[in-house]
Amino acid sequence: MWFFNSPEIAFGEGALSYLAQLHGKRAYIITDEMMVKFGFADLVRAQLAEADIETRVFAEVEPEPSLDTVRRGAELLRAFEPDWIVGLGGGSAMDAAKAMWALYERPDLSADGISPLEYLGLGKKARLVAISTTSGTGAEATWAIVLSDPAEKRKLGLGSRETLATLAIVDPQFVMKMPPRLTADTGLDALTHAIEGYTSSWCNDFADGMCLKATDLVFKYLPRAYANGDDAEAREKMHNAAAIAGLGFINSMCALAHAMGHSFGGAFHIPHGRSVSLFLPYTMEFAANAGNYRYADLARFIGLDGLNVEQQTRQLIAAVRDLENGLGSNTNVASLGIARDDYTRVLETLLDHAENDTQIVASPRQPDRSELEKLFWYAYDGKPVDF
Amino acid sequence: MAKVKFGSDAWVQALHNELNTSKAYEDAAKNWEGDFYFVVDPEGPIKEPMYLYMDLWHGKSREAFVAKDKDAKKPAFVMSGHYSKWKKVVSAQLDPIQALMTGQLKLKGNMVMVMKNVKAAQEIVRACTRIDTEFEM
Repeated sequence: MWFFNSPEIAFGEGALSYLAQLHGKRAYIITDEMMVKFGFADLVRAQLAEADIETRVFAEVEPEPSLDTVRRGAELLRAFEPDWIVGLGGGSAMDAAKAMWALYERPDLSADGISPLEYLGLGKKARLVAISTTSGTGAEATWAIVLSDPAEKRKLGLGSRETLATLAIVDPQFVMKMPPRLTADTGLDALTHAIEGYTSSWCNDFADGMCLKATDLVFKYLPRAYANGDDAEAREKMHNAAAIAGLGFINSMCALAHAMGHSFGGAFHIPHGRSVSLFLPYTMEFAANAGNYRYADLARFIGLDGLNVEQQTRQLIAAVRDLENGLGSNTNVASLGIARDDYTRVLETLLDHAENDTQIVASPRQPDRSELEKLFWYAYDGKPVDF
Repeated sequence: MAKVKFGSDAWVQALHNELNTSKAYEDAAKNWEGDFYFVVDPEGPIKEPMYLYMDLWHGKSREAFVAKDKDAKKPAFVMSGHYSKWKKVVSAQLDPIQALMTGQLKLKGNMVMVMKNVKAAQEIVRACTRIDTEFEM
């Protein structure tokens, strides 16, 4: 038995206007200060005002939102008693909104204990709208929550199937001005979701199609969106790709690149997409070396050559590296300017956190601790994985 | 080696020994603190619930036995499910995390501890699969 979970999704040009059709009294918009500065929060407020919904804005979500921010926001929600919570922004704002929603409904919960392993009983006080302003995390379409625990310098993979948004807005107007670096980092996050979702040990018929389509969209449109930010078609397709990849991976789970990326990103404060995509080709090689050839399906779907599944698999891994290089992305840890000594100093922590990251559970090949350590070093040096 | 009947004292002792000789479990569970009841709910030929107690602490199993009744201990965690679900988990036919997420197994206890130690759960199941287990059904 398994599930396929999805919010209602309003997508395409003008999707934001669907907010004016909501029914409710009060909405709390959870976002960050840049969304206010860019006027995006006002766009949302205007639509909600048309629906006669009173709004307040919490614009204090930081990148890699902390447990404390979530607790603080939940207190404000309890005072205002909204019947809608609106997460507006990238993954950080949307994830923070999901966690605040959970704590608003269940004050007895601990933010770092939001778990898919128990019934939470959410949805009695409010519903959640998720509006993405980047094209990568897919957080608008998933129940996953990534928070940071500054005390432990650790990212926590949390969430419950109940922390899925009721409504996701995938409106390309929000991403037309994304700078190239953010476009690349977030787009590669979407690719990592799609590839890991398709090849995870929990892969399934319902999620497969999402992952295949998202992979194809990213390879076709990410280079265009990166090279020419005014390419409206590429922007819209990438925005769709991110949400589709989100639907794919949340229903089949991510894998080792996310476990390593969360651990590494938490230790060195590397943006999520950059971090997980850096590890992706290494973890693909690691899985492929043990005979995981679902990568070949993806290769064939996007039109790569190869006489057999082994060749097709290697072609896909090469294509990922080519894409990353073409986007000017970091393809090894050393290139981020992290000194070998600093890396060595935190390596045990990296291993501990990666081993116990929730995303490792469905990895197609599970590394033992020594293999994981080797993977971290191969990724540091940029060496193809040969074990 | 003779098969060990699932849910018996011998089986719980076998798991206790597997965990205490597993480096992988020791590493994965080095921060784990909390004892468990693994509760097997009655089903088919299993007429009474089974309470398998394990005191898991920092990568080791300190104590393990089959409790005669549920009040014998007040463990920090209780994981329960029907016999057929446990059989699938112990036989590696059902991922325990998927079993929990779909309600086929239920878990009560401190979720903060659980969410930070997922690998330990996997290693416990791996240890289970190394026991040559005999099932009632």
